[in-house]
Amino acid sequence: METLASPWPWYVAGPLIGLTMLALLLSGATFGMSGNLRTLCAIGGAGKAAEFFRFDWRAQRWNLALAIGAAFGGAVAYALLDGGAAVPLNPATVQRLEGYGIASATSAYLPAELFGAEAWTSPMALATLAVGGFLIGFGTRYAGGCTSGHAITGLSAGQVPSLIAVVGFFAGGLLSTHLVLPHLLPALSEAVSFVLETTAQ
Amino acid sequence: MSAGTQRAGYAFYLLIGVGFGIVMLKSGAASWFRIYEMFSFESFHMYGIIGSALAVGFAGVQLIRRGVLRGFDGSRIAITDKAPGWRRYLFGGTLFGLGWGIAGACPGPIYVLIGAGYLPVVVVLASALLGTFAYGLLRERLPH
Repeated sequence: METLASPWPWYVAGPLIGLTMLALLLSGATFGMSGNLRTLCAIGGAGKAAEFFRFDWRAQRWNLALAIGAAFGGAVAYALLDGGAAVPLNPATVQRLEGYGIASATSAYLPAELFGAEAWTSPMALATLAVGGFLIGFGTRYAGGCTSGHAITGLSAGQVPSLIAVVGFFAGGLLSTHLVLPHLLPALSEAVSFVLETTAQ
Repeated sequence: MSAGTQRAGYAFYLLIGVGFGIVMLKSGAASWFRIYEMFSFESFHMYGIIGSALAVGFAGVQLIRRGVLRGFDGSRIAITDKAPGWRRYLFGGTLFGLGWGIAGACPGPIYVLIGAGYLPVVVVLASALLGTFAYGLLRERLPH
């Protein structure tokens, strides 16, 4: 239990993710964590607005079961396996983040400025989450898959389109990390601490 | 991607999801910090996860293609190719990556983190649904 509760090394996690993908293939499904977004839109009645959502979503209910399971897994890992513990990061990464005003890298699993309770009181934090989420949802359907569908499943099967998608994933991620975040994070940290100070007074 | 034959029951997918969720959270793959560190090229960790997942996946796909590994119902699994082209993959992929870099979570971890109790991630999920809906509306007008 103690070993399971410490951070899992890459050579344990990676092969387990590979086996997850294979188990899904053998069951007659495919590993994809974003297809459920389309299914949810269809269930919500989006078929009235666009042809894209007119499909037999009942046949796709398995991907909702997978997503619900993933949420359960998150709850289990958090409650029983110390899943909310800080991640062992490169000290250089921690230091740069501290320079941006993100101080929770050594104490929390996620930056408190974006994912802590204080995020609800900061319009800037909420806007950041909303913009990130919108791009994820739009981009993944446009590209026809996300990290699981393209980077793991597609590349495993030697699919050139998946390679192009993964190049895009990294191009976008690098742009965000190196051009957007250096400006966004300091502003975010300032906005959140401003809200905290005002509410404290 | 595979021609879905008889699918397993919902309990199977729930269970696989639970295992996947635990792996995502405990490996740090669901941590914004790990994604930031990866895109800063300051750790091998995430590349190790993706690389070793790919190695296992690639070996398994070879066995499936040779018919050594068969579906749970004994049928051969056909792995169909992704539609050819490059625009949708490059443009869509880049937009996805921009969001991934900012929110630090791809679709799988979104569910994992909500389950773990990081409630502001609900905003990411709601916006991702909105983004998916927007794509559905604009689909005919986008280059694919």
